[in-house]
Amino acid sequence: MTTLHGKGVAELSAALRARELSSVELTRALLERATAHQNELNAFISITAESALAEAAQADARLQAQQGGPLTGVPIVHKDIFCTRGERTTCGSRMLSNFVSPYDATVVERLRAAGVVMLGKTNMDEFAMGSSNENSYFGPVRNPWDRARVPGGSSGGSAAAVAARLTPAATATDTGGSIRQPAALCGVTGLKPTYGRVSRYGIVAFASSLDQAGLLTRSAEDAALLLGVIAGFDERDSTSVELPVPDYSAALEQPLKGLKVGILKEFFDNGLDPGVEQQLRGALEQLRSQGALIKDVSLPHLPLSVPTYYVVAPAECSSNLARFDGVRYGYRCEKPRDLLDLYQRSRGEGFGPEVKRRIMTGTYVLSAGYYEAFYLKAQRVRQLISHDFEQAFHDVDVVIGPTAPTPAFELGAKISDPVTMYLNDIYTIGANLAGLPAISVPCGMVQGLPVGMQIIGPHFAEERLLNVAHRYQCESDWHRQAPPGYA
Amino acid sequence: MTLKRSDIEKIANLARLALTEQEIPVYVEGLSRILAMVGELERADTSQVEPMAHPLPGQRQRLRADSVSETDRHEQYQRNAPQVEAGLYLVPRVIE
Repeated sequence: MTTLHGKGVAELSAALRARELSSVELTRALLERATAHQNELNAFISITAESALAEAAQADARLQAQQGGPLTGVPIVHKDIFCTRGERTTCGSRMLSNFVSPYDATVVERLRAAGVVMLGKTNMDEFAMGSSNENSYFGPVRNPWDRARVPGGSSGGSAAAVAARLTPAATATDTGGSIRQPAALCGVTGLKPTYGRVSRYGIVAFASSLDQAGLLTRSAEDAALLLGVIAGFDERDSTSVELPVPDYSAALEQPLKGLKVGILKEFFDNGLDPGVEQQLRGALEQLRSQGALIKDVSLPHLPLSVPTYYVVAPAECSSNLARFDGVRYGYRCEKPRDLLDLYQRSRGEGFGPEVKRRIMTGTYVLSAGYYEAFYLKAQRVRQLISHDFEQAFHDVDVVIGPTAPTPAFELGAKISDPVTMYLNDIYTIGANLAGLPAISVPCGMVQGLPVGMQIIGPHFAEERLLNVAHRYQCESDWHRQAPPGYA
Repeated sequence: MTLKRSDIEKIANLARLALTEQEIPVYVEGLSRILAMVGELERADTSQVEPMAHPLPGQRQRLRADSVSETDRHEQYQRNAPQVEAGLYLVPRVIE
């Protein structure tokens, strides 16, 4: 029998509807657990106990009256990039450390309408810029598998909270790997849907052509349940796609016999940790034993993903973050001399080092004389990378590779050199540039640290990705392992 | 590609960021490294390639009807403002 905090979304949903468990009882237990582990992990920016218990009581009333849906009373945490009405939304920044949104993000609104209970807001790299969660104004998050190590980023708080069994599930966002890389480093399941599949409304914008909301859970089955709620058209997001939302749970069990899997040759070239490679080869064997047909595919322009991304993302970031001016909301410096001083010092003091680095990189690549050589060049290479994926999907149903080049690294190990840090996202960025859905699932351990397998599919192939991930999880138990001390 | 101190000062001014004396050399070094890494893009032949404008092929920007969809909620919005008076955002004097 699993403990209360050990249960996933599907199990909790069944227990709540069978009235074996009340949402208040569950919520209270998880709030206590989250609070007890806050000092050592720092996974939360806010624990919203009061509103959580009120929401749980409402959920219980609906369940009692037989009016509950599948997710009524199930707890969740939101990355602190999602606007939540009445609760602080900081985006991990001093700039927004006192910001209270007047409205809910669409993702939050839809989960709220489904009866999901919000336990709190999770820690993250400032404005979602980072791969280690060391860039948060609220301090780093620690990896529950080894607290001397990073949880990955930028959704480090969400991933650590799911791994440490502080919550059954978390929302998160992924601009260059910010769901998948921390999922791999913390040993949880992380789904980044197709660009446009989930509304970006109410998510603090970083790079709008790359940002996408998704989920961190302990299984693909749980991700399928939640994706069905958050996905779908939203007229308030101009890039939201008008396509029906399938029942993601319905296709989970489909056998893998005949599934064509492409192994990304470029992902196994230099830089991949041999231990990670070995675990991944084992997982591929497992898929082969279920009838998947495995062949090599090559995406020749993929090695240019990192340089492409570090032009496009900073360019969009410099534009998006221009709104923080110290006037309408956010941090304002003390005693400004004049309006220019107010802008410059409010921004200089309100943003942390990595955010300023990216704003300046973006400003540079968009400035007169460099726009063509950097920004337009990167957008052309982005087209080539996208085309490579399109070609590959003529031959295979999904492509598979590692999620991150190494297991979790130590706090402080990469913080001094931005380029070394950026290379953590070498395997995840391609899917963002091409707008593709991708999922990371735990596929082994190297020296006591989890390793992730990444499955990437064509646009809107979330059903297929969840199906492959679920079938793999039916025949493996890496996703069921809890960090020592957190079982 | 190596940037100079004056380049960083110019970029910071364009981005409206006040930098401290200690920060400037850190950004000279960091941005130079980033631009050197980004320089790899030159390896790709893009002479026949259009810049990608949208991550999903064939998508167009949707337009909505030009009609009022929001009500006046300035009081609620201004609760997040650093300084407000009589419904107006206060900034240092602009015109002498």
